[in-house]
Amino acid sequence: MTASPVSLSQGRQPPLVAVRRVSKQFANGTLAVRDVDLDLAAGEFVSLLGPSGCGKSTLLRMVAGLGEPSAGSIDWPTAPHDASGRPSRDLGFVFQDPTLMPWATALGNVTMPLVLKHVNKGEANARAAEMLALVGLRGFEKAYPRELSGGMKMRVSIARALVTHPRILLMDEPFAALDEITRHKLNDDLLRLWEDQKFTAVFVTHSVFESVYLSQRIVVMAARSGRVMADLTVDAPYPRDDLFRTSAEYAHLCRVASETLKKAIAQ
Amino acid sequence: MTDSTLPASNVPHDGTDAEARPVFATERKILGIGVSAWPGILAPIATGIIALAAWEMIVRINNVPTYILPGPLLIAQTLVTDWGTLSGALWITLRITFAALIAAVTIGVALAVVFTQSKWLEKSLFPYAVVLQVTPVVSIAPLIIIWVGDINLSLLICAWIVAFFPILSNTILGLNSADHNLVNLFQLYGATRWQTMRYLKLPAALPYFLGGLKISGGLALIGAVVAEFVAGSGGNASGLAYRILEASYQLKIPRMFAALVMISASGIAIFLVTSYVAHLLLRRWHESAVKREN
Repeated sequence: MTASPVSLSQGRQPPLVAVRRVSKQFANGTLAVRDVDLDLAAGEFVSLLGPSGCGKSTLLRMVAGLGEPSAGSIDWPTAPHDASGRPSRDLGFVFQDPTLMPWATALGNVTMPLVLKHVNKGEANARAAEMLALVGLRGFEKAYPRELSGGMKMRVSIARALVTHPRILLMDEPFAALDEITRHKLNDDLLRLWEDQKFTAVFVTHSVFESVYLSQRIVVMAARSGRVMADLTVDAPYPRDDLFRTSAEYAHLCRVASETLKKAIAQ
Repeated sequence: MTDSTLPASNVPHDGTDAEARPVFATERKILGIGVSAWPGILAPIATGIIALAAWEMIVRINNVPTYILPGPLLIAQTLVTDWGTLSGALWITLRITFAALIAAVTIGVALAVVFTQSKWLEKSLFPYAVVLQVTPVVSIAPLIIIWVGDINLSLLICAWIVAFFPILSNTILGLNSADHNLVNLFQLYGATRWQTMRYLKLPAALPYFLGGLKISGGLALIGAVVAEFVAGSGGNASGLAYRILEASYQLKIPRMFAALVMISASGIAIFLVTSYVAHLLLRRWHESAVKREN
């Protein structure tokens, strides 16, 4: 199964999220994001790639609505807006840490977004259990976060983000703290979920290999200046697996992305 | 819903991550207490028995008069013979203690919640909570007794003043210590203030609150006893402190000791109960109460 090519959705349909000339300056004077233009098309898998401090997390948080841009606008052209003109963003967010409530079970954590939206308890539990099964945690409903490994906690976090079936899933270096074996497995499972659930995925990472493996499109950001330096298309079909990971095509794509990143850092 | 249609569940388990099952410690138990916990229980008991035996021996060998220092056996005997008077007094003291503790919990938690909703309110009122805390209750108890009139209510207020501050300050700390990213997440899902309080901040504050409760339990008892001592001269109160005063006037020193033993035992019991409640509430998830194998 292959998702629709980027060029198609960028051409005619309005984007899901339109970032227009967005800058973000913090109170201490740091210019984290400068003049970023970015369209996120419905259904695509985009990575924001860049070194630490390039503003990619700040940009992601602004897309989520955590922090207003200092200049520019972030629009949701296709989303319904409320009376005061705020878009209903309909998103899931995964932090670098699993960010689970330690006093709640895996099921309790995944149920939380539904509880906040006043979904009745029975339905919320059923949907959360289904989501936990989807991320490979069937049978762990009653486990507390401290009883789970790092990778399993991250799975719970992903299940929580997806339980509302959001149109877009924003991920802020979610697998950075995990070991490589666990990370590969989670990458594969994330791709399966993306193909199955058909959400738009925005994945912040500082790993060239991870971004090439996962995405259709890599937005390269440069250190300090907080600008978008390049917008690469990864033209490899899905599903991707270990064969892809060891293919010459993958190696080539990684080299291209790596050189682009190097240039971006050097500037 | 079948497994095979789902994307993540047909991944062959390669033993890396999702295959692990939570493992809980199982240990041989005697009387419901784990084998490894017994030395920790027996050691202080043994120390106590040795000390009491030494006390009894010193009193007997030196023929110390009972109005100076009664031996533990005589104290135990007095505890039995005077049980009627003393247990009534104990009940009165404990009633004030628990009422004060309940008031401290209610008002402490309520104030903490209000303070975290409004920084200005916290800034304006918190210094006065500190003033209340650092003023020695002995020095204001006579005033309170004069102003309030009703002796039981005065005692309750005194005990409350001593007990409420640890709960207030700990709960404020706990409410402010909720994971910042979780607060953001609640914001993303459009949680109301009340939802954030109920589902995030109050649970996050629970360990801190329980820490405060452990301290306040003992303090409420101390506050009640101290206030009874001050009020005792009025002759209205008949709590344990009053019995101690009365016994000392009548040189009934064994009875004084018996009352003292009851106060100590109550303090220890309150500490054990609050600790056990904290353990029950936190054992599944909080570091302080989690059983470790290494």
